[in-house]
Amino acid sequence: MDHSSSLEKILRSVAITLVLVFFLFPIAWIFLMSLQTNETILSIPPSLAFTPIIDNYTALITGQLRTAAGSLQLNFMQNMFNSVLLSVCSVALSLVLGVPAAYAFARFKFRLGEDIAFTLLSFRFAPALLVLLPLSLYFKTLGLTNTYIGLIWVYQLICLPLILWIVRGYFEDISPDIEHAYRIAGNSWWRTFTRISIPLAKPGIAAAGLLAFIFAWNNFVFALILASADKQPVTVGALAFVTASGIQYGQIAAAIIISITPTLALALYAQRYLVEGLSMGAVKG
Amino acid sequence: MTAAATKMRTPVKQSRFMRRALPYILSLPALLMCIGILIPFFTAVYYSMLRYRMNLPAMKGFIWFDNYINFFTDPKFWNTVYISLTYAFLTVGLELLLGLGIALLLQRPSRFNNIASILLLLPLMTAPALAALMWKLMTHPDFGILSYLLSVVGIQNFKWASDPATALFTVVLVDMWVYTPFIMILLLAGLRSLPKAPFEAAALDGVPRSFVFFRITLPMLMPYIITATLFRLLDSIQQFDIIYAMTQGGPGDKLLVFQVQAYLDFFQATNVGRSAALMVILWAITYALSNVFIKQWLKLRERAHGAH
Repeated sequence: MDHSSSLEKILRSVAITLVLVFFLFPIAWIFLMSLQTNETILSIPPSLAFTPIIDNYTALITGQLRTAAGSLQLNFMQNMFNSVLLSVCSVALSLVLGVPAAYAFARFKFRLGEDIAFTLLSFRFAPALLVLLPLSLYFKTLGLTNTYIGLIWVYQLICLPLILWIVRGYFEDISPDIEHAYRIAGNSWWRTFTRISIPLAKPGIAAAGLLAFIFAWNNFVFALILASADKQPVTVGALAFVTASGIQYGQIAAAIIISITPTLALALYAQRYLVEGLSMGAVKG
Repeated sequence: MTAAATKMRTPVKQSRFMRRALPYILSLPALLMCIGILIPFFTAVYYSMLRYRMNLPAMKGFIWFDNYINFFTDPKFWNTVYISLTYAFLTVGLELLLGLGIALLLQRPSRFNNIASILLLLPLMTAPALAALMWKLMTHPDFGILSYLLSVVGIQNFKWASDPATALFTVVLVDMWVYTPFIMILLLAGLRSLPKAPFEAAALDGVPRSFVFFRITLPMLMPYIITATLFRLLDSIQQFDIIYAMTQGGPGDKLLVFQVQAYLDFFQATNVGRSAALMVILWAITYALSNVFIKQWLKLRERAHGAH
């Protein structure tokens, strides 16, 4: 396999370079845009020789956006706070709810068990609006529209199935003999679960939690339908930002960079878990 | 010794009831979650059989399957079906080819290849709605870098998503940017998990590489390819974020896929009945697809478990 010609090696490197440029250039370019004034962004031809400024970021953080028409109050940091709150709480809740259920599905063969698991999984693939549109009417009568609680509850739709199915696979890989041995030594079921099973499934729980966080952070449609400006996460907030007239492009770019940094940083920091969750989780279970 | 003895409690006896009930107690939250989804789901099915326009509350009434029957003669509906299927097959087909190509390029586990495959995760971690915004900035007619680069090579006034002729191409491109890495990761994991023996045997016999690829690599990789394809098809036929953030379904009716159309029916035309019927049809499609997918997935999982 190793007698590949030098021509082939060159072609390979060219191909990989092209691939990397296609997938990384947009992020790099938007980052560069976020460091420019509107004047340098609009100059033609575009030039890389500009003096980087951080004004766009300070404007976003202080919430005072300079526009052609004057100063505009736009609280993008509130969107950021919403994103953090919604994602963290949703993942925490679905871990608390999902890990025991995943254990039950993995360890016990019980009626309804497989049915619940399949219903949840098939709804992972159902169109979001199918459930969201009637839900938006229910939320109005229940007073849950534009509340964090309502949103966190709906976010379980994405987080819970993910955690159930990935963590279940990891619990199935743990030999029941280890648990039996600990039980026979006189420990309660609960103690066995928390002291033996959960620590052994930790990589799976980490992978599932990480993926669930990223999916929750990146979600767009739930808050678009069920929340208004003050409760919306960055994904929806950034879009509202663009449609608000007269906003400077550098500030839009800065808002995008701020919004995608947490997930990208997490992905790079914990890529081992992530790849495991994505590939093993989707392929192996 | 005494410390150990106190620790050695008698095994906690569980009543028969507890043993029976435990799995149900543990999965109760998931069960409640199921019910929580099923109620709005059935409401949607019920709405789909209503004449229900929020601006005309007096007309509300049960009309059985009229919303569905009307679709047969509704060119708007067939446009939605056509656009959604085109979008799904184009994105998944192109992503599969590109993803497989990249996976083959990065197959050998070297330091550089591993770093490259990690970097390729980044688009996948970008929120699709924000990715659409990024491409919107890059394809802006006034300052978009891509519009500029095209004008340098002589293509003036390429309008990207605002031109009906190129709108679909533009959103497909964004979809490819976000989701090709997903297919790449799955296929890379698949490629690296293939048994070495058949390849070594083929190399010893001097079998041509195209033959190895089509007769050994591809068939052995097929379960992974099918899983990745079905998974992406399921997502792609429901695409909302990228299209809505990019053009809100425009220009004209060029990008009105199922979910975007249902969203506009609900919030702009306030035609709840039609919107719900559209979603039920989309659900039926995804349900059929997801059943095939889950079966395929479980087969693959069993194989993976057997191999260990």
